[in-house]
Amino acid sequence: MMKAQFSDGQRVVKPFWSPLAAGVVLGLVLLLSFLLSGHGLGASGAVTHVVAGAGLVLAPEATQANSYLRPMVADGNPIGSWITWEVLGMVIGGGIAAFMAGRFRVQLDGQCSLGSGRRVTQALLGGILAGFGARVAGGCTSGLGLSGAAVLGISAFVFLGVFFAVGLLAGRFVKGV
Amino acid sequence: MFPMHESGMVSGLVCGVLFGFVLENAGFGSPAKLTAQFRLTDWSVFKVMFTAIVVAAAGLWGLRVFGLLEADSLFVPQALVMASAVGGALIGLGFAVGGYCPGTSMVGMASGRLDALVFVVGLFIGTTAFAGLYGDAIRAMMAVGAMIDGDTFADVYGIADPTMLAIMAVFLVAVFYLGSWFERRGPGPVTAEQAVAGAQ
Repeated sequence: MMKAQFSDGQRVVKPFWSPLAAGVVLGLVLLLSFLLSGHGLGASGAVTHVVAGAGLVLAPEATQANSYLRPMVADGNPIGSWITWEVLGMVIGGGIAAFMAGRFRVQLDGQCSLGSGRRVTQALLGGILAGFGARVAGGCTSGLGLSGAAVLGISAFVFLGVFFAVGLLAGRFVKGV
Repeated sequence: MFPMHESGMVSGLVCGVLFGFVLENAGFGSPAKLTAQFRLTDWSVFKVMFTAIVVAAAGLWGLRVFGLLEADSLFVPQALVMASAVGGALIGLGFAVGGYCPGTSMVGMASGRLDALVFVVGLFIGTTAFAGLYGDAIRAMMAVGAMIDGDTFADVYGIADPTMLAIMAVFLVAVFYLGSWFERRGPGPVTAEQAVAGAQ
């Protein structure tokens, strides 16, 4: 049984899993993903497929003419792909975990430390950088870093090394949250 | 014989729900906890990620040795050194600035964080911008340092998989020792209550 901790009158916030426990379970989920589908877990690929799929509906000519999106929409709308279902599942699973543990709270996290205007600006800028970067790398921390490393891909280790090095360095100069 | 090549809705939803459930329980919906890794005060990100990588890699290797997993049947990302490095740098910068990476922003959003929703909007803008700018210049940059001999350490450097697994296991133990040492010297890992209260 997990020990419940009380933070205020009504809310019971359960502690996070230990990193070892969370890591072992995450490794088993990643293994399951490989055994079921033949590929690992991901995240940014869903954004790409939604962009391509929405583009096909909203601006079909521009999407068909775009050299990056064209191959994705060649066989119809990619919005119902495995990765978009997986990311929808992530939001559901994350929500279930947060609700079950008393950790669901609507908030602008980082508002106290940065102020709301700056927090929104930085979150948007960070998302733009990460979205662009994920397309350059062909995956993000999940799809390339985590899943690629599990199959001993060279790209994954290059990605993780640079990702952490730049994060460490940038963390010295930028106040994140 | 694995893999089962189940690439439909049910397979995606099952993997995704479990993935999101574990990430939130690890504390990775919280930007304060995530970025504490870069301040070296909370090593949960390294510990969880490297444990998961070693568990999955060892499991896949074991299943292959026992003949339950078809050889060369899994997706391995193409070894593009420059693309991985530049993309990794941009995502690392985005993480330091915005507080999330793409997957953790989904979980942050699911736990009620509006800043994570803003980050996700940014992901769509960044992806669209990439598609708009994609052309010969980006293609040429991405092709720099492409490995022609293959995509894994076994293919390119002849390092056998068990050797790689052993190196990764040693690294994992080192991360736990080093991380716990740093955590004892600082304020310690971000707790669930601190995460729910938001970054201060």
